[in-house]
Amino acid sequence: MTDPDSITQQSGMALRVRDLAFRTGALTLLDGIDLSLQPTGITVVMGPNGAGKSLLLRLVHGLAAPTKGEISWGGALLSPMLTRRQSLVFQKPVLLRRSVAANVDFILRARGRRDRRARDAALARVGLSAEAARPARRLSGGQQQRLALARALVTGPDVLLMDEPTASLDPASVLMIERIVTDTAAQGTKILFVTHDIGQARRLADDVVFLQSGRLAEYSPAARFFDTPRSEAAQAYLAGRLRV
Amino acid sequence: MSDISDALHMAGQLVLHRDADLIEIVALSLHVSLSAVAIACLVGLPLGALLAITRFPGRGAVLTLVNALMGLPPVVVGLIVYLHLSRAGPLGFLGLLYTPTAMIIAQTILITPIVAALSRQVLEDLHAEYADQFRSFALSRRQTMQALIWDARYSLLTVALAGFGRAVAEVGAVMIVGGNIDHLTRVMTTAIALETSRGDLALAMALGMVLMALALGVNAAVHGVRLTAARQAHA
Repeated sequence: MTDPDSITQQSGMALRVRDLAFRTGALTLLDGIDLSLQPTGITVVMGPNGAGKSLLLRLVHGLAAPTKGEISWGGALLSPMLTRRQSLVFQKPVLLRRSVAANVDFILRARGRRDRRARDAALARVGLSAEAARPARRLSGGQQQRLALARALVTGPDVLLMDEPTASLDPASVLMIERIVTDTAAQGTKILFVTHDIGQARRLADDVVFLQSGRLAEYSPAARFFDTPRSEAAQAYLAGRLRV
Repeated sequence: MSDISDALHMAGQLVLHRDADLIEIVALSLHVSLSAVAIACLVGLPLGALLAITRFPGRGAVLTLVNALMGLPPVVVGLIVYLHLSRAGPLGFLGLLYTPTAMIIAQTILITPIVAALSRQVLEDLHAEYADQFRSFALSRRQTMQALIWDARYSLLTVALAGFGRAVAEVGAVMIVGGNIDHLTRVMTTAIALETSRGDLALAMALGMVLMALALGVNAAVHGVRLTAARQAHA
């Protein structure tokens, strides 16, 4: 991305999280999270179930409000204007009851654009050009997730948030999505990618955020994280040792 | 028994020969009820969508009220509209009493709560599925409502059908505000009531047959549309 207004290029940090906490009732789901992510590349968020990975993504996308702490992108506090420059791909794609092309058109029109070329390019990018006229809900699981990705990318987001997008897909679909993700990152889009899959994290990550029981256990460059994890929680996770 | 079979035979003749009176009455009925359904959808669908996506203090009471209004007695609606449109009423100057317009107004009041309440339920269910995605898209409230109504269009056809069924079958309201005037405000239900009381069972039966055929036809058409939509995975 070469957009001079890009929130990831306005400052040295894409995402800064300070003392972030989220509580619901008596439950503390996230607590004391402090993070400063690099403005580009792929940050993989890992951790066991219930660690708070998806919640962290929802918080940085503004879908949930933190109980405490603050989130800033490119030096500016999170605001509706900034969240419009992000896209989130959910684990289970939520597709509109329309054709493949109409699903992409929808988000373009919502942003005040009627741009067939952008739509066609987005579909081509995820390999769905031939399916443009098909009802979106008739696509296979892998195709549906690629459509969700096309919809997320068509607006040219500065930041792409992905919440276990390949969790229930076959290896071929996983590979296609990983290629799109690495291509997108190579073009300058910052990516936050949640996954349980250690192999996938090794393939994609530039750096790794590891959460354990709602706390930040470790944040390291990928090579260091996988070779010499510092936290006991990450060591156990990578070694496949079960912890409660 | 022979009265019934005679009436049925004569009714069949009227329908087959496209009796002019019969056609006029059926056409006016359709005009009034379809107009009322169209207006009720224009008002009721956005209202249902708004209620589906918004949370505010007293929402429960509003939903209870809208649901309760689904059971509005037609004669009471007819009476209220009559009082407003009669010469001494606040809208008497419009001169609408005993016109098809008055009948459309009465039927619209009757079925708008039906459209709003039923569509609210349909759209709320759909919104539960879409809510996070729409918030991620940063859609405005208006964009959200429009998208929900469009994506629920096949389910909402059934809602409109429920409204049409109520409108075309009701007699109390249109009798009061329309007056059942021949060649002016006589619709199927009021004509059936009149012809039955006059003993002209053939015309009453013929109108009844048309009314039933209409109800079945509209239901079948909507069912067909929904099936097609389901096959295309749009529903």
